[in-house]
Amino acid sequence: MFTRFEKQIPKIVLAPSFSAVLIFVYAFMAWTVYIAFTKSTIMPMYKLNGVLQFGRLSRSPRWETAIENLFIFGILFIAISTVLGLLLAILLDQRIRSEGALRSIFLYPMALSFIVTGTAWKWILNPGTGIEAFVRSWGFSSFKFDWLVNPDFAIYTIVIAGVWQSAGFVMALFLAGLRSVNQEIIYAAMVDGISTRRIYTKIILPSMAPVFMSAVIVLSHLAIKSFDLVVALTGGGPGYQTDLPATFMYAMAFSRGDLGQAAASATVMLMTVVAIIVPYLYSELRSKNG
Amino acid sequence: MRQIILGIVAAVTTFINAGTVFAGPEAEVLHWWTSGGEARSAAALVAEFEANGGTWQDMPVAGGGGDAAMQALRARVLSGNAPTAAQIKGPSIQEWYSQGVLADLDDVAKAEGWDALLPESIANHMKCGGKYCAAPVNVHRVDWIWANADVLARAGLDMPTSWAEFNSAAKTLLGMGIIPLAHGGQAWQDATVFETVALGVGGPEFFHKAFVELDMTALGSDTMEAVFDQMRIMRSFVDPNFSGRDWNLATAMVINGEAAFQIMGDWAKGEFTAAGKSPGKDFLCASTPGAGYLYNVDSFAMFAVKGADKIAGQKLLAKLVVGESFQTVFNLNKGSIPARIGTPLDKFDYCARQSAYDMEVASGNGSLLPSYAHGMALRGAQAGAITDVVTNHFNSDMKSSDAVKALVAAVKDSL
Repeated sequence: MFTRFEKQIPKIVLAPSFSAVLIFVYAFMAWTVYIAFTKSTIMPMYKLNGVLQFGRLSRSPRWETAIENLFIFGILFIAISTVLGLLLAILLDQRIRSEGALRSIFLYPMALSFIVTGTAWKWILNPGTGIEAFVRSWGFSSFKFDWLVNPDFAIYTIVIAGVWQSAGFVMALFLAGLRSVNQEIIYAAMVDGISTRRIYTKIILPSMAPVFMSAVIVLSHLAIKSFDLVVALTGGGPGYQTDLPATFMYAMAFSRGDLGQAAASATVMLMTVVAIIVPYLYSELRSKNG
Repeated sequence: MRQIILGIVAAVTTFINAGTVFAGPEAEVLHWWTSGGEARSAAALVAEFEANGGTWQDMPVAGGGGDAAMQALRARVLSGNAPTAAQIKGPSIQEWYSQGVLADLDDVAKAEGWDALLPESIANHMKCGGKYCAAPVNVHRVDWIWANADVLARAGLDMPTSWAEFNSAAKTLLGMGIIPLAHGGQAWQDATVFETVALGVGGPEFFHKAFVELDMTALGSDTMEAVFDQMRIMRSFVDPNFSGRDWNLATAMVINGEAAFQIMGDWAKGEFTAAGKSPGKDFLCASTPGAGYLYNVDSFAMFAVKGADKIAGQKLLAKLVVGESFQTVFNLNKGSIPARIGTPLDKFDYCARQSAYDMEVASGNGSLLPSYAHGMALRGAQAGAITDVVTNHFNSDMKSSDAVKALVAAVKDSL
């Protein structure tokens, strides 16, 4: 009898956290989706009103900009962080002398909060006080680097700050992955006379596919969550040109008292995430059972 | 034995009754006056309330725009435990009233004679369904233009009395290498400049039709296109680094002579006086070109609460807020002018006296208008939709005709 109880202990221990997550995450997600179908303004209303909030959302130029920015920022942020992280990891893997110190230096930005990163980069990228002024003081008086205040280019400054923050973390992931590759295969390849570049592209990188997957998942969740970085760096940008769905949702819900619209935008964000995660989960579960 | 038991019962009963004795008026007040001059002003109200026998429970929630405070308020109201009073202004008062959570202040209003003491448009903001439910604290004027007296004297310019004059003055200043207009590129600042231009170019009636009544013909009219044209011209008068700049940094540019003008509400005066500048000598204040007066009135809305002491606290608070001594002390500290007509203004400076005089004139000829950019004319969702179009137009090379179309579409779409 006691052993049967012992078998249930893990479930009992997990039960409180599990029910907390079930209520506070999933039940409230369902509440938000419900509110997206109502006409709520400053307080939630519970009378269903069809899809009018989604219609309003699709006609809103600001939301269009936000979604566009999410794709630009997301794709550039994930791609550049991955490539840069991989490059740094490969370079650090060459058994150099002060590897530990260099690793800490590259990983350090991840320890900062996005607000600190955003504020610091705002000062660095400001044309009047940052890089542009600095290079001009060296004598290059026609140097221009005013992306931060340019409506068309401001989103790329967010990519710069985001990559600076996360590249070190991706580097750490890849370094661990590189170190776990079976050394005997490498030696066999070297004995066969294959060039180092081909060893990397044909043997090492393909065997690190799971690490790529983890890196992309972590980076895409950072990209979708990006709120404090935008608020600190550009405050939504010249006009609303660096608005992201997260900042749009915050503005609608809390600054404007338009809860229905905010819930609709949150639901669209949820659908985007689900569209990425569900196929991945499905493929993972299939490969386990198959 | 029986006597001992009776004695104990009597003592206990007295203690129970003593616990429910009326403890005096008490008020739990939610506000976001947490910085410098504002905190001093709030402290003045607390002192007066307590001097009149009340107990003040402070609930300050920092965050200049009030977003965090509104969140806290929403949570309290949803849980059925609303504060006694909260700092709410403009149509939000009526929005909360439609949720059925505000109290009725008509008895205090009648006893104190508020109908005679407050300008009509301001009194209307304080009423829910015809009865008073909020007490006004101050009147901020939004459509001020501030200038560095020195710079203007060197350029040989006067304060502009028309937008055409402003444009030519700005061109002169550009020629001298001085930034004509100090501006901070945040959405609310763009909206502030926009509404002063709209008032000046279109006039008080146009402003009322477009931004208070949301009349589609006015919003889509040629006058509105002319307003956007003037905004495009103003865009060339600001310096390239204006994006994201805070309003007080723009005021600093005027104070130290880098820029000549700033269009900002009367809270900018606090920056000038804190830097030791005096009105009329070091800096000049005038109404932005055009007729009319745009106001931003802070107020306390009273919530429907239970308990005799809380209700008494509300009534005492309402009475004191519109009282002469509070209106004088608070507004001296905050830089605004009293909402109460007839408050003696001898301690106020020249700009404030000018503002009060203009307010009386405007109230008389019907051009005392609520500011849309500061949440007095429209609900948050509608004002936000207009501001989105304004800030997008200012920060891009959108044509004025496209901006007008976008404005009409945005207002139609906002609930």
